[in-house]
Amino acid sequence: MPWQNNEDGEGSGDKGGGGRRNPWGGASGGPSNQGKDGPRNPWGDAPRPKGGDDRPRGNGTPDFDEFIRRSQERLRGLGGGQGGGGNRGTGRGMPDIPWGLVAGGLALVLIGMTSAYRVDAGERAVVTRFGQYSSTSGPGFHMKLPAPIDQVTKVQFEDIRTDLIGATDGDAENLMITGDGNVINIAYAVRWRVKNAEDFLFQIADPNATVRDATESAMREIVGRSTLNNAIGPERAAIAEQVRERVQEILDSYGSGVLIQGVDINKADPPAAVDEAFKDVSAAQQDAQQFLNQARAYAQQVQAQAAGATAAFDKVYEQYRLAPEVTRKRMYLETMESVLGKVDTTVIEAPGVQAYLPLPEVQRRNRQAQEAQQ
Amino acid sequence: MISQRALLTGGIGLAALAVLAAVSVVRVPEDQQAIILQLGRPVATVNTYQPNQKFGQTGAGLVLKTPFVQNTVFVDKRIMSLDIPPQTVLSTDQLRLVVDAFARFRIVNPVRMYQTVGSEERLQQELSRILSSRIRNELGKQRFDAMLSPERGQSMDAIQLAVNRSALAYGAEIIDVRIKRADLPPGSPLEAAFERMRTARQQEALTIRAQGAKNAQIIRAEADAEAARVYAESFGKDPDFYTFYRSMEAYRKSFAQGNSNVVLSPSNEFLREFQGRRGG
Repeated sequence: MPWQNNEDGEGSGDKGGGGRRNPWGGASGGPSNQGKDGPRNPWGDAPRPKGGDDRPRGNGTPDFDEFIRRSQERLRGLGGGQGGGGNRGTGRGMPDIPWGLVAGGLALVLIGMTSAYRVDAGERAVVTRFGQYSSTSGPGFHMKLPAPIDQVTKVQFEDIRTDLIGATDGDAENLMITGDGNVINIAYAVRWRVKNAEDFLFQIADPNATVRDATESAMREIVGRSTLNNAIGPERAAIAEQVRERVQEILDSYGSGVLIQGVDINKADPPAAVDEAFKDVSAAQQDAQQFLNQARAYAQQVQAQAAGATAAFDKVYEQYRLAPEVTRKRMYLETMESVLGKVDTTVIEAPGVQAYLPLPEVQRRNRQAQEAQQ
Repeated sequence: MISQRALLTGGIGLAALAVLAAVSVVRVPEDQQAIILQLGRPVATVNTYQPNQKFGQTGAGLVLKTPFVQNTVFVDKRIMSLDIPPQTVLSTDQLRLVVDAFARFRIVNPVRMYQTVGSEERLQQELSRILSSRIRNELGKQRFDAMLSPERGQSMDAIQLAVNRSALAYGAEIIDVRIKRADLPPGSPLEAAFERMRTARQQEALTIRAQGAKNAQIIRAEADAEAARVYAESFGKDPDFYTFYRSMEAYRKSFAQGNSNVVLSPSNEFLREFQGRRGG
């Protein structure tokens, strides 16, 4: 529980029962014994020892332990009180102690103890007088009226509580329908703290469940307005913020005294059942990107080639225009020279077939090549 | 001895006073409302809910009652929650939706609440029953997509109004009705939704790939066209020379391997000088 009902260490029920029992316990024992031994003082001097010789504490110092023990004895003896009266006389005698003063002192101590309370850092204390709200105090040491009159309930004020809704680990899914009829698996957390201690205590019966319910409801509402693609991607942060505002609105309408610090979407994924298909979409996007890159590379290449080839032609053409005939001839011969220098050339005098240049060297080379192949 | 006797008398007197106080004074806390019953008949209420009342100015605190004749019943004053089990709702187009709703309520008339249902627990049971049936009725009037849409807010208002009317008879006020979850039931409806999502994604993936291929092709074609333009601009200046120039280049490239046989006629231009000058 975030708040504890703290009545300075003593429950109200305890006060009525236990408080009355101990110091006043003798009083209730008195009347029952009255018939036997005549009017007896309930404060303990009635069962006076016969001889009066064994008074161990004649000096009158109040021994509290002894007092407790005797009171308890007397209470125990209440059941068979009639018969026990005589027996008690044989026991050790009670000293002549001003019990009234002791009881008064005890009462004073009790009052003193329940008149002060401490509020730790981060807490707020709500004081009620006979049940009615009287004040709220911050951290520090405070005085109040003694216990049955004023009561203090402390609230963890600064403490930021976190409620996780939906699971971030694999198995459990918190499915939700988005505005476009798709299903999203979403996990989120709501962080909240107390804004107003007395509202928090007196206005709502179950603050934790209220915050949780309101958050779930608001999340459904906001996600129900969004599309799946937006919810899993670009609008995640915006959705979280809208949910925070919505939850605050709902809780304020209850007057709950709760402040929503924030809503964090920890996970917003497509459900596992369709995850494969979603991954294929991103794979397709990468494929498409790859196609484009390849095409761009090709384009670069083609254009560079064109630029290179035309630049070369333009240069040559510039020179060609200065002396067309000679240049043309020169280029032809140079080309032929280069080409025919590398290939086997046979010159045939048509129409008779006669080889002018059956280059023996080339034929030998061919033979060598054939041998190498074998 | 005499002083002790006086003390005793005083003590007994005090005790008697305490007992008298205990039976004739009631402490009403801030978060409770109290009904004072006289021999079972309600005669007064204490600390009932009033809107916009500040704590400390309410009726909470000590209240006197006649001992033995009157007794008090406490009723919660706070906003309480009403959580109903998930309801399966059938839309007008025969689709199922599991709706988990909750409500928040407050007891505004404790006497009526006490007389009609007796306790908060029984009130919660009654209100849950009313709320469940109202939700089924109201949402069952709608189409499936309307159930999911943000306009659902209107039907929630209608539900709240209707439940509130019934709740007032029990002395309670419905503050808010909200849907916590609205899910497709597990099994075939959810599977169908998944299948639809899957096919939609497959279609999307196909479209993306096709678009990518299309754009790539356009880029290639544009590059080719641009190259053709550049070539034409340059080579078009002298088509005849280009033919010659390009042929020369082609010869060099084609025969670069050196593994062809070339048969030439002596009348070939290259061999013209080879035969020696014949006059002209």
